[in-house]
Amino acid sequence: MTPRKVYLDNSATTQVDKRVLEAMIPYFSEDYGNPNSLHAWGREARVGVDKARAQVADLIGAQPKDIIFTGGGSEADNLAIKGAVWALKDKGKHIITSSIEHHALLDTVKWLGKNGFDYTILPVDETGMVDPKELEAAIRPDTILASIMYANNEIGTIEPVAELGEVCRKHGVLFHTDGVQAAGHIKIDVKELPVDMMTMAAHKMYGPKGVGALYVKKGIKLIPVIHGGGQEFGVRSGTENTPGLIGFGMSAELAANRLASGEIDNEIRLRDKLIDGLMERIPEITLTGHRTKRLPYHVSICVKYVEGEGMLLLMDAAGIGVSSGSACTSGSLEPSYVLLSLGMDHPTAHGSVRMTLSKDTNDEDIDYVLEKFPPIVEKLRSLSPFYKKNQ
Amino acid sequence: MYSEKVVDYFMNPRNSGKMDDANAIGEVGNPKCGDVMKIYLKINDQEVIEDIKFETFGCAAAIATSSMITEMAKGKTITEALKINNKDVAEALGGLPPAKLHCSLLAQEGIEAAVADYFIRKTGKAPEGFKTPYSTCSACSGSCGGGAGHDHEEEEEIFVSEDHRAAE
Repeated sequence: MTPRKVYLDNSATTQVDKRVLEAMIPYFSEDYGNPNSLHAWGREARVGVDKARAQVADLIGAQPKDIIFTGGGSEADNLAIKGAVWALKDKGKHIITSSIEHHALLDTVKWLGKNGFDYTILPVDETGMVDPKELEAAIRPDTILASIMYANNEIGTIEPVAELGEVCRKHGVLFHTDGVQAAGHIKIDVKELPVDMMTMAAHKMYGPKGVGALYVKKGIKLIPVIHGGGQEFGVRSGTENTPGLIGFGMSAELAANRLASGEIDNEIRLRDKLIDGLMERIPEITLTGHRTKRLPYHVSICVKYVEGEGMLLLMDAAGIGVSSGSACTSGSLEPSYVLLSLGMDHPTAHGSVRMTLSKDTNDEDIDYVLEKFPPIVEKLRSLSPFYKKNQ
Repeated sequence: MYSEKVVDYFMNPRNSGKMDDANAIGEVGNPKCGDVMKIYLKINDQEVIEDIKFETFGCAAAIATSSMITEMAKGKTITEALKINNKDVAEALGGLPPAKLHCSLLAQEGIEAAVADYFIRKTGKAPEGFKTPYSTCSACSGSCGGGAGHDHEEEEEIFVSEDHRAAE
């Protein structure tokens, strides 16, 4: 019997679904034409790209022409922020975001801060939630854009996006949300949601890496970040990554089916089984992020008295893939800024472990993790000068 | 990322745990930075380290360097043990990734701090130039970017990714 392997790092990336891969393959060496070419090869590819755009649009209730394909989530974030503020720079220079955004967002905003723009970074509460009232209070006459993520990658908290978007709409401020972790995992309908732009990434929903999209509501003007041949409605130049887009389209369609079928409920059940199981078996651990307003696949905890990297490596040796926001895993000596934003102290934040489930995770996988993880914590705690057993 | 030896010494730590009859204890590091190493020594009348134990809060490299230095120091006189430097520890482990070299320094300072404690208990003071038995955050030598005083709170503006980024 081969030893069990349990991949619980689906917030980092997911396994490409076989149906996605099968859909992509013909576009590498059969339908390989440039979608911008007029001949049969090009037309074949164009049909595929158009279909993919419609599939991605359907996932979030958008129109195909509102979908701009990019080379991934980070690029879509950059396009949304830089593209929007550049288009609005005569109207104002103030941007609002939150302290727990992905670096693709935060670093972009901070770079703009060094280049003529001004920004406010909103704090979050101990569950990682942004308060719509604080957003409203931060809005100034020259505020042009606010960007608050749909759900956080490290702690799984789902932000009150509808309320935040409502505040922005009331004040005539453009609202972007980074939906990389949420799209395909939570029902999102932009027809009902007051969101002007939303970032998505294929590889977080069983699609290929290096493919993303920015939903842009009709009528919003963006200045391109990548100039060139005028592809993607002139907003994002570059020959389309046809196989990648086809894969994204298929992964979006499969995600929409999962959301409609209620398959996500089983993921939530397994998530809660893991959370409750860890809490029962291991003393002095904390769930980070919101207990219920969290991504269906997301479990994140902090284990007191031990450091995350050791847990990650011992779990890896047991065939379980997890991640950590500890300093040692990030290459700096600072633990995750997201965990510190929750008001967590440094030593506790160093003990962070994230386990993110996939659509294929099953009960046996969770049982296996619940069997393997507690002794690993116990082993590392026995080495820790801070851990006093039975105290 | 880690050598086989580092993995081995992390997975199967040598000389780990508390020591009830230690006559010297040193603790170095800072929980804020994510590394704290506690070294227990039993030193006999000939000033030979008869027994040695460690407890470490930290990453795999911190545990492996603690583990390795305890093995290297065991059975040596304190004078010999103090000559083990961080490079010896890193070499004995088959090398460390650059970001983890401070862990080997922490190990070296852990021994020094414990020996200082031995002299304090014996003579009332540590020999000149020694680490104090409970020194904080000296071992990372500013590699955590905190600078003097290690005021991490002020670093909010600096992101790790900037270190790797080309000129803007």
